[in-house]
Amino acid sequence: MNKMKTMTGAKALMTAMEKEGVKQVFGIPGGANLPMYDEFARCNIRHILARHEQSAAHMADGFGRVSRKPGVCFATSGPGATNILTGLATAQADSSPMIAVTGQVPVAMIGKDAFQESDIIGMSNPVVKYAFQPRKASEVPEAVRKGFYIARTGRPGPVLIDIPKDVQQNEAEMEFPDEFKIQGYHPWADPDIVACERAIDMLLNSEKPIILAGGGTIISSAFAELQSIAETLMLPVVTTFKGKGAFPENHPLSLGPIGMHGHAEANKMMTEADCVLAIGTRFSDRSVGTFEAFEKRLKIIHMDVDPAEIGKNQTAQVAVVGDVKASLRIMIKLLLQRSIKKTEETTWIKHVKETKAYWKENLKIHPGEMGAAKILRKLRELLPKESIITTEVGQHQMWASLFYDVIQPGTFFSSTGLGTMGWGFPASIGAKVARPDVPVVDIAGDGSFSMTENSLATAVLEDIPVIVFILNNFSLGMVAQWQRTFYDKRMIGVDQQHCPDYVKLAESYGAQGIRAQSMDELDKAIKTALSSDIVTVIDIPIDPLEDVLPFVAPGTSLADMVLPS
Amino acid sequence: MWAIISILVENKTGVLFKITNLFRARNFNIDSISVGVTENPDYSRMTITTNTDEKQVAQIVKQLDKMIDTVDVKQLDEHKTVYRELCLFMIKLSKASDSMEINKIANAYGGKVHDVKKESLMVELTATPHQIHAFEELIKPFGILDVARTGVAALQRSGS
Repeated sequence: MNKMKTMTGAKALMTAMEKEGVKQVFGIPGGANLPMYDEFARCNIRHILARHEQSAAHMADGFGRVSRKPGVCFATSGPGATNILTGLATAQADSSPMIAVTGQVPVAMIGKDAFQESDIIGMSNPVVKYAFQPRKASEVPEAVRKGFYIARTGRPGPVLIDIPKDVQQNEAEMEFPDEFKIQGYHPWADPDIVACERAIDMLLNSEKPIILAGGGTIISSAFAELQSIAETLMLPVVTTFKGKGAFPENHPLSLGPIGMHGHAEANKMMTEADCVLAIGTRFSDRSVGTFEAFEKRLKIIHMDVDPAEIGKNQTAQVAVVGDVKASLRIMIKLLLQRSIKKTEETTWIKHVKETKAYWKENLKIHPGEMGAAKILRKLRELLPKESIITTEVGQHQMWASLFYDVIQPGTFFSSTGLGTMGWGFPASIGAKVARPDVPVVDIAGDGSFSMTENSLATAVLEDIPVIVFILNNFSLGMVAQWQRTFYDKRMIGVDQQHCPDYVKLAESYGAQGIRAQSMDELDKAIKTALSSDIVTVIDIPIDPLEDVLPFVAPGTSLADMVLPS
Repeated sequence: MWAIISILVENKTGVLFKITNLFRARNFNIDSISVGVTENPDYSRMTITTNTDEKQVAQIVKQLDKMIDTVDVKQLDEHKTVYRELCLFMIKLSKASDSMEINKIANAYGGKVHDVKKESLMVELTATPHQIHAFEELIKPFGILDVARTGVAALQRSGS
């Protein structure tokens, strides 16, 4: 226990955050959080001004996913707080560590419908891992300490700390606890050795085993362990979309993501497998299609840090609860002890490799010069392998999944669970703050980018030089695709026309705007962006009628995949 | 299946809201709920009964257990548990013999009679939901004017 000091709640907040290692906060000030803002004048934490609280939350989220330390965002009470709800829900859906600190009306005003009062504790409940509302200044340090611990441990998630204005202003004797106890919180179970043994036996006794790596593999950075298991047992690896890049996508055993817009070879092999080692995945409907069809075909080994995921969407034959990195390490150790190593190519592996080679050769892509596949392969060719990618949500996101191969694990981030349009650009800003040493590119569509494009101000003024790479089809392309496919081509509310002009928009914010209308121009644009020290928006007009294929229609099974004709 | 779930929670503001909000958000159903502080004022015990399939009961228990404010969550085996609900019935009296007959039925179920008036009387009954249902069926013909129920409270028998 550190020695007691008298200070205000606001000062205690900043002091406690400094102790947690916070270097920057993304946010917007307002009436109810001014006492905290005033403390930026007296501490070593950098403030990065967002232009909308939702963007501030996504910036914190992007920072958190890349650095694996909670990103912090600040918002004022009322509308400031409600504006971060989408950011909290996004972080919760994708298990991203985040701390949101909101101002609240003074304690005596709570419940009186005061100006800019919102019941953010009540509203945010389903979309946060936990929420604190200190009612006394002296409660602030413990809320921060516990909040950061909860946000980053076990299955990570967003934590809200809602601080009434008078609690920020009041002075109290502050204790900054090193030790603390949260009785009802057990973030990790001990690795289950018996279950790991059973998992190995089940894999060894299967004819067509496969690994399905989910987002949990990336969160626990179990990259080396995953690769070791895959290589030792000669297991092909598919991923969920959230797990994209958990395994190097140029590895001979890699098949890429499964799912609604999964790789053809991944979906094919997933439907042929007889046993799956599922690592850190909740078997989302977008990944596995109809649950029943998936479950019937397969023996499932389910490895997850969250016990509540076991049996939620799929019934597992073997459940391995615990941190997936720790569990995989146990499996590796057991394989060593039993001297198991597969070297000969089984019929299954031969078949997997043939299937992969076939689809690499034969998947039909858009024939035009500026088709999505060609554009994204060009980007991959020119980006260093350690570059970080964020994406927006829509067709471009699925094209990125299909055509941009992640080579260095853990360098690809997207709003996969909530599917939040507008996430990618602010998240890329947070990512660049976490990793200023590598290029950070937001693969965007025009529809999604337009939702948070005013974050250009933040990127330019705070000198956070990210690259926005817009596949511009002048429409809400994914919705348009569904209208073409399922609604008899009645196109309603999807045409964004040519508004705005993204080159001019970028320039108006003081960023660099480049339009690329041919492969040559694209090549130059990417090279220019990589060699510039300023925010660059590359606007790439594409065919508005290009569909994302393959496609597994909602409510159908992976076996019903529609291929490009 | 009918299941009794016993939840020991931290006794602080908003916990009841979070528990019921979890049931709502995850599409779980609450049949009855009772809450009260325990011998240690830091904790409250909630007893929730629900009617759903086995798989969902397991999910409910896991999701509740994952909540940070819950200290202990278990599904109770009804054969190893004492579980009771308190119920008050206001029953209509139409003819002179009604009062006597209702008294007899109440006695058979260990109920107590209160507030006897010319037109109505009240019966207090502490029993299992099953017994309460049976009692209710017997008194229905007299006319039930009002009912208030507490929800089930349950404790596992010692040694089980």
